[in-house]
Amino acid sequence: MKPLGDTLGTLAVQFAILSLLAFGGANAVIPEIHRQSVEVHRWMSDQDFAALFALAQAAPGPNFMISALVGLKAAGLAGALIATAAFCAPSCLLAFWLAKLWDRHRDSPWRIALAAGLAPVTVGLIAASAWLLARAADLTWRLAAVTAATAAVAVFTRLNPLWCLAAAAGLGLAGAFG
Amino acid sequence: MYIANRNCPSNESVELENRRARFHNRPMEMVGPSPAAVRPDARAVFLAFLTVGLSGFGGVLPFARRELVESRCWLSGEEFNETLSLCQSLPGPNIVNLSVVVGSRFAGAGGALGALAGLIGAPVIIVILLGALYGRFAAVGRLPGAMAGLGAAASGLVAATAIKMAAPLIARRPASAGLFMALAFAGVGLLVLPLPWVLFALAPLSVAVAWKLGA
Repeated sequence: MKPLGDTLGTLAVQFAILSLLAFGGANAVIPEIHRQSVEVHRWMSDQDFAALFALAQAAPGPNFMISALVGLKAAGLAGALIATAAFCAPSCLLAFWLAKLWDRHRDSPWRIALAAGLAPVTVGLIAASAWLLARAADLTWRLAAVTAATAAVAVFTRLNPLWCLAAAAGLGLAGAFG
Repeated sequence: MYIANRNCPSNESVELENRRARFHNRPMEMVGPSPAAVRPDARAVFLAFLTVGLSGFGGVLPFARRELVESRCWLSGEEFNETLSLCQSLPGPNIVNLSVVVGSRFAGAGGALGALAGLIGAPVIIVILLGALYGRFAAVGRLPGAMAGLGAAASGLVAATAIKMAAPLIARRPASAGLFMALAFAGVGLLVLPLPWVLFALAPLSVAVAWKLGA
């Protein structure tokens, strides 16, 4: 077990880097958070990660709260606060600074090409997030069916996603998943 | 075209014009009603984003729109979309960027801090409490089953997000968008390569192709 200070430093550096790489939002860096916390630093198992991600989704608020939960698991309360702050601060400073320049460059061709070029890469990363999370979560065919059904409902209907989460948790409480 | 909310001041009102001027960093016509009504200060921005942060589950963007555009009339629908598109082209959680940009335009650095604190303060506390409870009771009774179901559904929601985002890109330029999507997916999802490598290898190429095709 490494000293706590080392873990806090690692959390701060990793999440600060991810903050500036998170084009397309937090879901695009889930694979990297997963790789760091499960494979590189071994703070938790694959299933722990899937459960924490689910907890972050089911809690109110923005969907990047997984950073707080990974920090909490790795290094307690201080870890949660440091991971969250590190994940917000760099991109916030960038946004604060660029907000002033934006009006001038709104329609410039390089900005449009930048957005259009980043979009498919972002989508590929979010698809990879879904793949890694499903691989960790879907231990039985029933759980895989829940994943598929939830995806179908979210793609084809306008139902609030919270209902899917609640239904899946309810099935689990009723004992459907062993 | 955005249809103005009935509760919001009409497009021609001096009050709204002043608020817009403030938002776009232009000089204001200083003839409006009380200045407090014209410019949201750091405290008002904090309270607005506090509401936003506590409203949504698994993503709060729709609630940000309702609060800023419909209930408080601080932005028109078009201004909201433009601000959101700026925030989506920057790294970091989109809603966090949005809070910083809106807060700073209305009330400077204090506004940016106020908006950020309002947005994430309460959710961070709640999620830490949930995480601590989970750590303590994870193995109790049927909770593992409930968490397993929750995890399976949550991964389905992420898959749905990817599918919904992919559809319009594939429709517009199937070959190049499909190629870069597949490469990013394979690099990070299948080969489990570090994200910085994949991003620095693919993003410049993808942007260059988009530039060449005229986006």
